[in-house]
Amino acid sequence: MSILKLDHVNYIYEAGTAFEHHALTDITVEFGADEFVGIIGHTGSGKSTLIQMCNGLEKPTSGTVLFHGEDIHQKGYDLKSLRCKVGLVFQYPEHQLFAETVRQDAAFGPMNQGLSREEALERASAALALTRLPEELYDCSPFELSGGQKRRAAIAGVLAMEPEILMLDEPTAGLDPKGRDEILDLIAGLRRERSMTVLLVSHSMEDVAKYADRLLVMDDGKLRYHDTTEAVFAHYKELEEMGLRAPALSYVLHSLKEKGWPVGTYASSPEEARDMILGALGK
Amino acid sequence: MLREITIGQYYPVESVIHRLDPRVKILGTIGYLISLFVIKGYLGFIFAALFLGVVTKLSGVPVSYMVRGLRAIVVLVAITAVFNLFFVPGETLFTVFGIRATREGLVMAVLMTVRMVLLILGTSLMTFTTTPGNLTDGLERLMRPLEHIKVPVADIAMMMSIALRFIPILQEETVKIMKAQTARGADFDSGGLIKKVKGLVPLLVPLFVSAFRRADDLALAMEARCYSGAVRRTKMEPLVFDRVDYAGLAIMAVYLAAAIALP
Repeated sequence: MSILKLDHVNYIYEAGTAFEHHALTDITVEFGADEFVGIIGHTGSGKSTLIQMCNGLEKPTSGTVLFHGEDIHQKGYDLKSLRCKVGLVFQYPEHQLFAETVRQDAAFGPMNQGLSREEALERASAALALTRLPEELYDCSPFELSGGQKRRAAIAGVLAMEPEILMLDEPTAGLDPKGRDEILDLIAGLRRERSMTVLLVSHSMEDVAKYADRLLVMDDGKLRYHDTTEAVFAHYKELEEMGLRAPALSYVLHSLKEKGWPVGTYASSPEEARDMILGALGK
Repeated sequence: MLREITIGQYYPVESVIHRLDPRVKILGTIGYLISLFVIKGYLGFIFAALFLGVVTKLSGVPVSYMVRGLRAIVVLVAITAVFNLFFVPGETLFTVFGIRATREGLVMAVLMTVRMVLLILGTSLMTFTTTPGNLTDGLERLMRPLEHIKVPVADIAMMMSIALRFIPILQEETVKIMKAQTARGADFDSGGLIKKVKGLVPLLVPLFVSAFRRADDLALAMEARCYSGAVRRTKMEPLVFDRVDYAGLAIMAVYLAAAIALP
């Protein structure tokens, strides 16, 4: 069942001036319940614009965006409540922290939803717990936290609205490998426990390969590939032309296969690839 | 909303005006501003508007884009016009709540409005056609004589160019933070004045934090490169006057003389 649908969406930025730019060209895509979708593409390929279409932050120049079958840009549509159901975590979300304490900041979304102060703070605490931020930090100023902790706090700010769809724009940018794994595991965990639909924008192929069921590949505002992760990475040569690299594993497995080894050409994790190669060696 | 404010932005197209030496454009703009204040009557303003029209046409900046910059000053212009209309003494036109609007006031209001509009358009044309870097180079060069009386010209120029460079960055940042907070259900448009002002906190706090962070980073980067304004820095592309530039200056001089001479 599709929750969110983009139907022939076009977006032209600053039409008619020297800055005119086709940010999105004829995008049609659907997102269903309990899916993990990766969105990849080069810088400026339109991935961020695409997800901002999904919660009505940007309005398509032509085409429609449907949430549960309803056009979100029709007159009288409640965009505010849409944004609570389609949560968006921006790139470097820690730059949006502002409140006096971490808990109050996370409660900002629920308060805007019209919940009472107590309910909002309760939701905030629950969301912060989900991100596994140590409880003693809830009443600290968000500006006292470390980089990784700030990011968790900011993600909690979106989770506190209890969205049906969680969209994240490069949630691992600027984090060290450990911080990156923690954030990604957190997202994967949320999806499992809450059966949330997750859209993950990333340019790290390794990240999306490990978690996503399905991939959208954006290039110059167009949707180039839309398929299972395995099928998309089979196009590793074409991906290279778009300035993207398939995961290193794909390269290893493809060249082994070319040399006549009995291995598959796709593995979602190093462990899977290891088992495949060990299997081919007969061990 | 914010990205629609176009004042002070560079508009990247190729044109004879874009290629002019920044010094010509700075002096030309100053000349144009002077002309707006010495012009006495309608004829002069029509002449000034026509002149600006021609220069705009030459610059290739779309008129609609220039006019967008005026949105920022609509309120200011309106207030000025209303004050002039009601508080300039003279022959009564009509009265509102016992305050008289006068014929002389009306004339003043119209002239002031035209003057302010031309003023904004004229100066924004300079920033539309000159990159911030070029603009400060030009200013630095023009102010160089002041170094003799110990004015830190290079530092002033550097501060200006940083300030100018930061305008679009902060604008972008503002849009980004607004979007991020809107995605969390914030509403910057509705509600009464107090609610609106309170609603700005989630925007302003992150904006200030980010401005300080950027300023810190920039200062550190400059220190790391041993930046100092005290040594006279050479330019990668020194400013050179050519024939077009002299022609530009001459045209401005003729224009200014004509504007003064017109009744």
